[in-house]
Amino acid sequence: MVCESWKAKLDTYLDGEVPEKEMRTFDAHVRNCPSCSADALTRVQMKRAIQVAGKRFTPSAEFRKRMQQSMAPKRQRSFRLGWMLAAAAVVILAVGTFTSSYLGTRSGRDQVFSEIADLHVATLASSSPVDVISTDRHTVKPWFQGKIPFAFNLPELQNSEFSLLGGRMTYLEQTPGAHLVYDVRKHHISVFVFQERSLPARLDENSLSPKKLPFNMETWSQGGLRYFVIGDASAADIDSLAKLFKVAL
Amino acid sequence: MFYYVDVSGADLQSDSFEELAMPLFDQLYNFAHWLTQNREEAEDLVQETYAKALKGFSSFQLGTNFRAWMYRILRNTFLTSRTGLKATMTVPLEPEEDGPELAVERDTPETILFERANRELLQSAIDELPVYFREILLLCEVEEMSYQEISETLSVPIGTVMSRLSRARKTLRDRLRPQVQAGAGTAAMAKGTNHGL
Repeated sequence: MVCESWKAKLDTYLDGEVPEKEMRTFDAHVRNCPSCSADALTRVQMKRAIQVAGKRFTPSAEFRKRMQQSMAPKRQRSFRLGWMLAAAAVVILAVGTFTSSYLGTRSGRDQVFSEIADLHVATLASSSPVDVISTDRHTVKPWFQGKIPFAFNLPELQNSEFSLLGGRMTYLEQTPGAHLVYDVRKHHISVFVFQERSLPARLDENSLSPKKLPFNMETWSQGGLRYFVIGDASAADIDSLAKLFKVAL
Repeated sequence: MFYYVDVSGADLQSDSFEELAMPLFDQLYNFAHWLTQNREEAEDLVQETYAKALKGFSSFQLGTNFRAWMYRILRNTFLTSRTGLKATMTVPLEPEEDGPELAVERDTPETILFERANRELLQSAIDELPVYFREILLLCEVEEMSYQEISETLSVPIGTVMSRLSRARKTLRDRLRPQVQAGAGTAAMAKGTNHGL
């Protein structure tokens, strides 16, 4: 039947969901087709019947009151407690600022230590761990001139178990620095030197390495420079090398 | 009535929530009662809906349909309730994307229904519909939601809205038919006549 295609869309038409252009055509057809108009009429009646029957339940006065009250006290309370909340907010803000500052510092420091460990591991894993290969500090030190924006001293290693393998430039958070590699009883130790003021996180004087690092590590600040000594050697070896650097002239 | 609310960020306060949400109170309660089929559960559902909506009001997306958002919260809350889970244990077997139903016949349940103005009969038939038919029928006919709004409320595509609505109407009609016929028979016998349906 020719009307079947119209009737298939009759509900959509009566729901007002047919596109506007099609709506006019539909109107014209329904007006002139007895079958479709009768069908449309019964469907409209059904829609109205459902609409009337569907509005069946109303909330009780008690429930309505309860709901209104559950919202109303919030406004009264907010006025009464305004000053208390404001005061509390100030305290929370102060504590929050302090805490976030503390956590931020701690997290920044941990990040620096982690990056130092990463640099150490990455260098040891590299096929060319150092760019200047020399056991002579008088060769290694001048190699850094013009490559990093500061100068530093390398310790004299005579009468010690440490030997210098060489050095390379490195970067910590885009800050250039020196990376020196030492050897002690077949353990490699990295020494990093950066300008203190260029580092992204403020590190406490002689702050210790976090316990979660899998290496022994020591760090300190001296003459505006920040030193890190890190390696899988014993803590005593790390400390010995650190002491050599501290007294280097 | 369409209820598109464009709420600016500054208005996202509990006061503005109350202003927007409380006018929907009666209709949300009606819908909740149809879903739960129990007064106390309906009250709990509405209360929980308002609590959730207020809590999540800051996440309400600006420029979207507030009414559909509230109905969606109510419906989702219902679906995760014990009653809701029980009610949705039965799922539609027919494919969702069926086309709309074709014509209704002459002497249909709706014409007879109207002649008798039997509202209770219709209410009972709606009550017996599976929840996924009941809700879509009520959203369309009682709440007068557009297909788009229903689509947002039920989180289904518009094509699904159309086909599910069509099947809901057909199911309702089919369920009304025997009741109406029985009623008509009884009435005819009482009058001593026999007008077939």
